[in-house]
Amino acid sequence: MSTSRIYLDNAATTKVDPNVLAEMLPYFSDKYGNASSPHSAGSEAREALEESRARVAALIGASPEEVIFTSGGTESDNLAIFGAAMKKGKGHIITSCIEHPAVLNSCEYLEKNGFQVTYAPADSDGIVKLDALERSIRPGTFLISVMQANNEIGSIQPIREISNLAKAKGILVHTDAVQSAGKIGIDVNSLGVDMLSMSSHKIHGPKGVGALFVKKGVQILPISRGGGHEKGLRSGTENVSGIVGFGAAARLAKESMGEMERVKKMRDRLMGGLLKVEDTLLNGSRTQRLPNNLNISFKFIEGEGLLLLLDAEGICVSTGSACSSKSLKPSHVLLAIGRSPEDAHGSLRLTLSKFNSDGEMGKVLDSVPRAVERLRSMSPFKSDSQMKQFSDKHATHEDDEHAGIH
Amino acid sequence: MPAYTDKVMDHFMHPRNMGELTDADGVGMVGNPTCGDVMYIYIKVKGNRIDDIRFKTMGCAAAIATSSMLTELAKGKTIEEAKKISRGDVASSLGGLPPIKMHCSNLAADALHKAIEDYENKKKA
Repeated sequence: MSTSRIYLDNAATTKVDPNVLAEMLPYFSDKYGNASSPHSAGSEAREALEESRARVAALIGASPEEVIFTSGGTESDNLAIFGAAMKKGKGHIITSCIEHPAVLNSCEYLEKNGFQVTYAPADSDGIVKLDALERSIRPGTFLISVMQANNEIGSIQPIREISNLAKAKGILVHTDAVQSAGKIGIDVNSLGVDMLSMSSHKIHGPKGVGALFVKKGVQILPISRGGGHEKGLRSGTENVSGIVGFGAAARLAKESMGEMERVKKMRDRLMGGLLKVEDTLLNGSRTQRLPNNLNISFKFIEGEGLLLLLDAEGICVSTGSACSSKSLKPSHVLLAIGRSPEDAHGSLRLTLSKFNSDGEMGKVLDSVPRAVERLRSMSPFKSDSQMKQFSDKHATHEDDEHAGIH
Repeated sequence: MPAYTDKVMDHFMHPRNMGELTDADGVGMVGNPTCGDVMYIYIKVKGNRIDDIRFKTMGCAAAIATSSMLTELAKGKTIEEAKKISRGDVASSLGGLPPIKMHCSNLAADALHKAIEDYENKKKA
């Protein structure tokens, strides 16, 4: 089954590259030392740790000592935001309304605990509005956290411009680069950021490893305390085998950045083909977009059914529909860019990797329109006006019922 | 994504009685597009029995499966019997639904009751 599977959910996670796995294996069986131990087994692990740190740093143009290893993107985001907030003690944070929950929920927690937070809006392309963000800066603002590229619609954010706004006022800038690292070139110095989050498993490395770039001189506090590992910012015995995998994945990603051109060509072929299906909407920007991301809303159907029909054909995708979420709410990103809940329910996210082939795209271009057609044949609606007419006359008010089971 | 029973997946992948009845004696429409689930149930009544029934549904796999299941439960039943078909009957006939789907995606019985109401109103008129 898995040999014929077409995996187009690489924004969720990626396949570990066989070369990455090969580099990791000795660190489970032979080189299992604790990197803090002074004996030879420890120094073996320590050397691997530092080599990996250099490789991860190289992917983003940082110095190795600026890379703090964590358990993944979520922890990196938490360390950046809580670390900066605890150092500061009080004040104002600016983020955007299209952030990953790791950032949004961290900011919401701080908001309930004495901090002030502004959620900058995004335009219809999914790009954070710089002018609105600039207007929200105030004397107490100490942190701006905006993702480099959105995880659902792939829209690339103007991080350099945000850094320029912040630098003049002494505000820290954090960016979540979990989706962008390895897909687009990153140079932390030209981006001008103070902190940047990364995750290993989005770039064909193992799960459970990530990193936070903390620019030299930037002061944050740890969120977990213990033996003082990772410059005191992340105590706990280092996950050496995982970190070796992350390092290997980072090196491969940097070396094979050219592969993204091929990925983009496949994505463009999918985009062109799928947008030919009637009553579709492209979610996100056409140009300011990650090369491997495609997100389309198919009107008058619901995404979970589409996902399951495609899964039955061996195609793995994702949707922003409420029905596939734990909360029964449609994607906050799609709503933030102005999509109606109806159109958000019918969204499909296809995210590619270097392991996809042109032949697979042909199959997807055949399967997706057929699945859409099949669900549309079951749908009572063929137009927005039919749907509106129904809503005005017959819609039952489900909101109260939904509220009870959230 | 909730885990569905084989029966739910069977009704989703192979829906029964899908379509419209242009000469329906009663039509029931329920749901809300903003929630992602809308169901239309069409019934044809002959001699106080549901002679034919069809559905059209926009919604998740559970919404489509419950619609399909409902049509099987209602077909051939008398109006009085059909009125007694509940949301719980539909869910248990499918071997159960994930708890999160019990409310929003399990509207087919409501749509049937509305279709019967529509039929009875038309008969009175």
